[in-house]
Amino acid sequence: MKIAIASGKGGTGKTTLSTNLADLCAERKDFPGIILADMDVEEPNSGLFIQREVQKEIIRNKMIPQWDKDLCSNCGVCDSICRFNSLLKLGKTILVMPELCHSCYACSELCPENALPMQMQKMGRQTIFNTDSFIFIESRLDVGQEQAVPLIAQSIEYIDSKYPKDFLVLLDSPPGSSCPVIEAAKNSDFVILVTEPTPFGLHDLKMAVNTMREIKKDFAVVINRFGIGNDAVIRYCSDEKIDIIAKLPDKREIAELYSKGKLVHRDVPEFGKELKKVAKYLKRLSDRRNNQ
Amino acid sequence: MKEVVVISGKGGTGKTSITASFAVIGRDNIVVGDCDVDADDMHLLLEPDYKSTEDFYSGYTAVIDQEKCTACGKCMDVCRFKAVDNKIGKFEINSADCEGCGYCCVICPEKAITMQDAYVGEVFISGIKTGTEMVHARLKAGADNSGKLVARVKKIAGEIAKKDGKDLILIDGSPGIGCPVISSLSGADFVILVTEPTPSGIHDLKRVFELIQKFKIRSGLIINKHDLNLELSAELKDFAKNEGIKVLAEIPYEPDFTKAMTEGFTVVEYNNKTLKKILTEAWAEAEKEIYKEVIK
Repeated sequence: MKIAIASGKGGTGKTTLSTNLADLCAERKDFPGIILADMDVEEPNSGLFIQREVQKEIIRNKMIPQWDKDLCSNCGVCDSICRFNSLLKLGKTILVMPELCHSCYACSELCPENALPMQMQKMGRQTIFNTDSFIFIESRLDVGQEQAVPLIAQSIEYIDSKYPKDFLVLLDSPPGSSCPVIEAAKNSDFVILVTEPTPFGLHDLKMAVNTMREIKKDFAVVINRFGIGNDAVIRYCSDEKIDIIAKLPDKREIAELYSKGKLVHRDVPEFGKELKKVAKYLKRLSDRRNNQ
Repeated sequence: MKEVVVISGKGGTGKTSITASFAVIGRDNIVVGDCDVDADDMHLLLEPDYKSTEDFYSGYTAVIDQEKCTACGKCMDVCRFKAVDNKIGKFEINSADCEGCGYCCVICPEKAITMQDAYVGEVFISGIKTGTEMVHARLKAGADNSGKLVARVKKIAGEIAKKDGKDLILIDGSPGIGCPVISSLSGADFVILVTEPTPSGIHDLKRVFELIQKFKIRSGLIINKHDLNLELSAELKDFAKNEGIKVLAEIPYEPDFTKAMTEGFTVVEYNNKTLKKILTEAWAEAEKEIYKEVIK
């Protein structure tokens, strides 16, 4: 079962929830195996909180056309087809701009002279780590690359092909409500939206909820830093009939442990108690799915 | 006219609260742009009046005309984005997956597929409580092309600043280092980096700094919640010193940030003299850096 841990607003505690939850779930043994996969490929942070050993590193490439000037007849079909302006015909030269290319293959496959073969270009890497209790996978986009989506897609495909379906896979997802988080969410069975009980948290939660509804994905909410702000998030969830799985408390002690790169759930009992609710929720979710 | 972009790499470091505070301090000399288009929060602090709205379209979505479709399946074969669904023999495009490349449209033997302009979201021009204007946007749920929407917000903000003779455009950017961030950096004169002394804060700052170096833009640093971990705060200051980044402010961990936001105020309008002083001085420092003559 794959769970995307997402949020509209950044910095609401996705990574805190993901890392602590992976650790707790591994301890509880509700699932035959646990995988924590950091899909926040622009800024992957989960690894900073986990003791880990590299098991395997995979270079991730995207495919972009490479112009072969000897084969090119200068017909201009490629330029007229490309809707991303990543190919330009300038006199007798075809200029390819890799950062704008979406790897749709249209120019390459429709070129009558086969003068635009697709070639690999590195966009990032995916690293598989062993930890004491679970498998940790980090995907990391190279700085300067614009598109997170192809790396997220390839990374999840790899997880699907390598690990049993009854493992619990937690995807620490990118913030926001646009393409990167959609890519992580649409390939998951369920989404947990982490928010904070503030006007910013509420507004960005609504954006994320609209996106999840648009892509028809089931979701529930975890409120982090409960105690700050106001009760507007709770009222919104109740009006919209959205499950609130847990309310993780706001404490300076938690922020300090986080600033030291430490997990929280064992040292702060109030946090541990709420986190257990999330673990149990996922177990019930998985049982329900298995009975269907 | 100068364009200043506030980014952080990591989300939740206080970027928006600080940007809105600077907008209040700088008053009517500043045109504000909210380029965090899929988590646009500036409007919650700056009281926009939404005086004008435009629908923004960018890119395309494929649509299959069922009358003409013979269900040959060629569109599905060529689509690299798995955007073509075939349910009970009927081919349909899932618009959330369609990237608008148009390959299916070109390949379809029946000419049954057309490319339609994709609706990305709304762009607003608003008067705000500082007596100036803000350009902001809202990405449609599930829409692509947030980078294009960012570019549109910046373009309008630039036009307004030029027309009204304003000296400065202040942009609130997105977290991360991907396309909306890259789009917000294009053409910028100065970047204000906001971070916190945590392992994630430092890690993400270094990546976003690597990105702005590619653009050769000068930058200043604000360390928020600096007393949360003094050791890492010192590490951040060392990093800034080595890289030639001016430290504009060190702000303490302070619940009033959230309290002010909950009541719809920026921190500098709230009854916290210490924070107001720190942020006012930070903006003065930032202005010095922004207008500094750079010897090339």
